[in-house]
Amino acid sequence: MSSFLTYLISGLSLGSIYAIIALGYTMVYGIAKMLNFAHGDFIMVGCYIIFTVSGALSGNSIVGILVAIVLCTLLGITTEFVAYRPLRGAASPLAVLITAIGVSYFLENLALLIFGADIKSFTSVIKWEGLTFAGGDLRIQGVTIVTIAISVIVLIVLQLFIKKTRQGQAMLAVAEDKGAAALMGINVNKTIMLTFAIGSALAAIAGALLCSAYPSLSPYTGAMPGIKAFVAAVLGGIGSIPGAMIGGLVLGIVEILSKTYISSQLSDAIVFGILVVVLLVKPTGILGKKIQEKV
Amino acid sequence: MSALLEVKDLSVYYGVIQALKGISFHVDKGEVVALIGANGAGKTTTLHTLSGLIDADKGDILYKGENLTKIPNHKIVSLGMAQVPEGRRVFAEMTVLQNLKMGAYTRKDKAEINETLEMIYKRFPRLEERKTQLAGTLSGGEQQMLAMGRALMSHPDIILMDEPSMGLSPIFVNEIFKIIQDVNKDGVTVLLVEQNAKKALSIANRAYVLETGSIVKEGPASELLNDESIKKAYLGE
Repeated sequence: MSSFLTYLISGLSLGSIYAIIALGYTMVYGIAKMLNFAHGDFIMVGCYIIFTVSGALSGNSIVGILVAIVLCTLLGITTEFVAYRPLRGAASPLAVLITAIGVSYFLENLALLIFGADIKSFTSVIKWEGLTFAGGDLRIQGVTIVTIAISVIVLIVLQLFIKKTRQGQAMLAVAEDKGAAALMGINVNKTIMLTFAIGSALAAIAGALLCSAYPSLSPYTGAMPGIKAFVAAVLGGIGSIPGAMIGGLVLGIVEILSKTYISSQLSDAIVFGILVVVLLVKPTGILGKKIQEKV
Repeated sequence: MSALLEVKDLSVYYGVIQALKGISFHVDKGEVVALIGANGAGKTTTLHTLSGLIDADKGDILYKGENLTKIPNHKIVSLGMAQVPEGRRVFAEMTVLQNLKMGAYTRKDKAEINETLEMIYKRFPRLEERKTQLAGTLSGGEQQMLAMGRALMSHPDIILMDEPSMGLSPIFVNEIFKIIQDVNKDGVTVLLVEQNAKKALSIANRAYVLETGSIVKEGPASELLNDESIKKAYLGE
């Protein structure tokens, strides 16, 4: 029983990381109506920044994380401005999607060029050992507790930001109707830029947690978690913030439990199988909005 | 009387198709001016260009001494120009109150915003009754009232209305036109785009007739109401 609990908690922890990544995906999709397939690679960039800065400062990971958040935010804003904004309003939505895939390859290969293909061993940014329960039978690692706590905090802060602030309300308006939002005097470009900034900052945080839990870093570190977070966002209902959280947690738990009890080779197949089933049964996801007909 | 809004030789292209072929018109302070015409004549394009949703390819839009063609669209509301867009376009996932507050997005003074809100509730009591309801659940007529209330929340000097009667029952149409007149009496200039030419001409001071991107006729509304060719083409007589 205590081993099941251990796996469940480790699933929650992985799921929390997926959730933080999925929050970035889903916000950008909800507001800019585009899938930023380079989002996963922002995580990798964040990890390399933490790795480099912490290394240079002999293990001071707090500074590393702060630098990563700032630089990833700038990377998100720059990518949006240089690569995506000129394509907004392009005849086909495929244009920006393919550009996002291009940005993803660009970042991966840039990392390959700078850091090489060898896998770097990442030092966990969380030094806390964790807690032990039931006389030593059940041990929860510090990184697990911190990851789950941070994902909950991020969710609450984001919800409050969107519900309570003027900027958050402007985001909702832009998400629904860019033209009508502009008629209210909302600067649509600035609002979308802010969305990318928030999403990319979250990617840096997710990167720090991901590489602390799974400490091997390569130029492709962000790719798979990025895709899985996308699945999580679709599962929860893309565009929905609580949906991304639920989708991420479900996915993380399914992945760890299927790895443990079914087959570690099949676990990815099961995760992506979920995507197929969701798309067939409830294409809008768990909390997704119905696509409304114009009245 | 000086023109509040003056449009000069305005041209807009969609790709190779010219939607507006160098139109010129003006709206004086305090007037109700109607822009009538058939589907595809360029009425909505004109309003979208005024609010900056579409870029002008040629020509000037002069408003309070500024050339709106050179101003980004999100800055136009704070100059006192608001639009009630075609099809209402309320934020369906937001409540009535949130929609109204979005209308005051560019205003800073909370007390003044609340004052305007009270005035709007007085004008549209139904909006106050439904303030916590999601805008998407309102009827078409109520959504039209919400779209008007939302535009009025910016405290505009001129309000651009795009087909306010579209898809509404005759009772609501009468109510909406009555409200437009009331708003105008309170000092807001109105530029009204309508397919319901008879209704529009009956409340307007002056009108312009738009046909395939050009203004083909203009004059006092009362004269156009009795114009034989207008009667035939737009009034169904």
